[in-house]
Amino acid sequence: MDDFIAARSQMALSLGFHIIFSCIGMVMPFFMAVAHYYWLKTGNIIYKNITKAWSKGVAIFFATGAVSGTVLSFELGLLWPGFMKHAGPIFGMPFSLEGTAFFIEAIALGFFLYGWDRFNRWFHWVTGVIVGVSGLLSGILVVAANAWMNSPAGFDYVNGQYLNIDPIAAMFNDAWFSQALHMSIAAFAATGFAVAGIHALMILRGSNIIFHSKSFKIAAIFGTVAAVLQPLSGDISAKDVAQRQPAKLAAMEAHYKTEKSASLVIGGIPDDKNQRVNYAVKIPGALSYLAHGDFESEVTGLDKTPKENQPPVAITHYAFQIMVGMGMIMMLISVIYFIGIWKQKKWLGTKWLLKLFVAATPIGFIAVEAGWTVTEVGRQPWIINGVMRTADAVTPMPGIVYSFYLFTAMYVSLSIIVVFMLYRQIKMVGKLYDNTH
Amino acid sequence: MLYVVIIFLWTAILLYLLMGGADFGAGIIELFTSEKNLSRTRKTMYRAIGPIWEANHMWLIITIVILFVGFPDIYTTMSVHLHIPLTIMLIGIIARGTAFTFRHYDAVVDDMQHIYNKIFVYSSFITPLFLGIIAASAVSGKINPAATTFLEAYIFSWLNWFSVSVGFFTVTICGFLAAVYIIGETESDLEKHRFMRKARFMNIAAFICGALVFIAAYFEGIPLIEWVFGNTVGIIAIAAATVSLVVFWYLQKKGKTRILRILAGFQVSMILLTTSYRHFPNIVILKNGGYLSLMEHRGHDKTIEALGMALLIGSVFILPALVYLIYSFQKKASDNIMH
Ligand code: HDD
Ligand code: HEM
Ligand code: HEM
Repeated sequence: MDDFIAARSQMALSLGFHIIFSCIGMVMPFFMAVAHYYWLKTGNIIYKNITKAWSKGVAIFFATGAVSGTVLSFELGLLWPGFMKHAGPIFGMPFSLEGTAFFIEAIALGFFLYGWDRFNRWFHWVTGVIVGVSGLLSGILVVAANAWMNSPAGFDYVNGQYLNIDPIAAMFNDAWFSQALHMSIAAFAATGFAVAGIHALMILRGSNIIFHSKSFKIAAIFGTVAAVLQPLSGDISAKDVAQRQPAKLAAMEAHYKTEKSASLVIGGIPDDKNQRVNYAVKIPGALSYLAHGDFESEVTGLDKTPKENQPPVAITHYAFQIMVGMGMIMMLISVIYFIGIWKQKKWLGTKWLLKLFVAATPIGFIAVEAGWTVTEVGRQPWIINGVMRTADAVTPMPGIVYSFYLFTAMYVSLSIIVVFMLYRQIKMVGKLYDNTH
Repeated sequence: MLYVVIIFLWTAILLYLLMGGADFGAGIIELFTSEKNLSRTRKTMYRAIGPIWEANHMWLIITIVILFVGFPDIYTTMSVHLHIPLTIMLIGIIARGTAFTFRHYDAVVDDMQHIYNKIFVYSSFITPLFLGIIAASAVSGKINPAATTFLEAYIFSWLNWFSVSVGFFTVTICGFLAAVYIIGETESDLEKHRFMRKARFMNIAAFICGALVFIAAYFEGIPLIEWVFGNTVGIIAIAAATVSLVVFWYLQKKGKTRILRILAGFQVSMILLTTSYRHFPNIVILKNGGYLSLMEHRGHDKTIEALGMALLIGSVFILPALVYLIYSFQKKASDNIMH
């Protein structure tokens, strides 16, 4: 493995790790706020216990999210000094605002976690909501920074110089809205499904049924509503990508040749040499419709991009298929769940519905990781789309491979410990949080 | 606006040193606590730092963000040449942050606690050690952008007597801050005396390490004495710190905990002031005698403008909330003691 690949892998690993914690950190506070609200309104102690049990989990995730985020802010410089030297002052605005949002989140979390029975109950509730709102806000801001890498704005690039810098315009680049919207919904969908899945499993096991049923319901409703909205927002994203990064869209779809009335390619194995996709299902005209809202329109293929500027097709295409596939499954489960709520109440208590949710526990997060792979790998070979190459940004220090191994070992052991601790939390629910039996 | 940004940068570093430092110090003190007092020490310390724990470390992030947005050359030069100590520090931050949370939130209390404690304690030592090394290396004049060998470019930039002794000095300062801070949080006279002893121990250790820093600077050819004593601000700050130290030792006998905290914080601020004043605005000194300066190596005006605004707006939200957080938990803690 050479140093450049090592640096990319380390970045991908750190971000892939961080995103899980940040999704949970953004979304769980809202679940908690709902449970907390029911407790304050109804006085049903179970809701208080749910809030407390969840807040323990959140504290674990928050700390892990915070340290992995701290690491990222250093890694940008450690791995990509060539990028940060120029990009820092341009796309830094969201990061400086994000600092504020994080800070508020950390302070509010201090109030929330340590404030039980110490403050006015509604003040305490509000601090929990603030944790969620500021977490969401920081997620949106950091995605705006990433969007700038996809859709650079707020400067003029003249003869290798970055002139007329306008950090505000950089923040509100063309991609920020579609990416931030899609990311926020994804966080709700992924976390909702993961949490619902775990509680569904506990219901099936027959332990602390009331506790887990109430928790399941809160998480499932958040998750399913988000999962239904997600493809809509994905469509906005796809149209946006078609505009600003036709090469990325082409790689996502393994669309080699520019053509009118292009067909949507589902599945299949991209064959770069012969410029075609084998064993794929093709829906004529659908790609043109998805990209431009018109079955007849022309969709730019990879042939319009010089070879050395093309992103890796196979990874981008597979990742995109995985994301969309997971999205469709989640949407289907959501629709079944809604039918259960509105029309077929008897479905709700059945084993197969719960089993469906258990099976779906990881798929939201799989979709999140796949989606980011689409975004990041699909931008290659650029770190700033069309302006700076990733290879020109990497640190001159040799031996990054070892740093990559070190971080891999670290993140793998951390993941194991976090899963282990979560397992222990859940196992202890009966003892610590459920006093109904 | 540039000055607003610089003041924020300096304040963030100071607050990280004070609050994050006290936080690291808690782990350092654990390292120097005998087995039989350990669990009580831990309890007292957790109660003291738990609620503001996350907030303490935000100052580091603020510092980094200000650097990479406002002063990209400084950020990238340090990132490249101090890659190795930065990486070790990061590993320390990860290990420490997670171990701290794990040991508190693990639902089952068993042998795992032992592992979390070990990790917490050692990383509490290593992280400030390397923070000190990084800070010292920036001004030590060992960073050489023209270096041709790996050793010269990436190792000797930070591995030298001066940087390492500043690292240890930082560790002792953290321990000192933590001990002093916790004196005010103790619930019994016995505890109080234990932490006073610790504060004295750390104070002496800091003194010794401080002396080592001067010796190392001499051998590395760094004009530290001139930096510290060669200007009025330096002399006044050092004199004030010394006077406050005398007052500190005197008051310690009387057990006035609130004032002790202020004095300890004051001393550390004076140390930071002395060392940074002489360099201002140059915060990285290179081997060839060149400087990276906050004035010359800054981002574009519009960026600085926007960054300054963001910081000002941010602090309108943050500072009152933070003060209220610290205040409420201090108050509640002392209420608890009264009952
Ligand atoms: C629960 C997770 C999840 C689900 C179900 C989906 N996505 Fe997604 N997608 C993401 C999670 C995600 C993500 C991880 O959040 C990304 C990465 C960057 C971003 O903004 O969102 C993303 C990126 C992303 C992009 C690239 C955006 C860019 O580069 O700017 C497109 C075009 C889509 N998505 C489209 C879709 C479509 C058509 C879906 C239909 C079902 C879909 N996504 C489901
Ligand atoms: C948390 C969600 C994210 C994930 C999972 C993610 C994933 C990845 C992946 C897989 C790569 C490697 C691409 C390759 O080399 O082929 C990468 C690269 C990179 N990402 Fe992201 N990314 C995320 C968000 C962000 C954000 C928010 C930023 C910055 C604001 C960012 C900055 C970078 C940089 C600087 C690189 C290295 C250069 C490059 O490969 O283009 N990423 N990321
Ligand atoms: C799309 C990708 C990202 C999203 C959605 C995201 C979101 C979040 C969220 C919600 C948190 C709060 C932690 C929690 O509640 O668990 C967090 C923490 C953090 N993130 Fe990220 N982040 C992303 C990528 C990045 C990148 C690229 C950086 C650095 C350049 C970064 C830096 C940080 C830092 C420093 C923290 C710790 C702050 C704290 O203590 O709250 N994040 N992130």
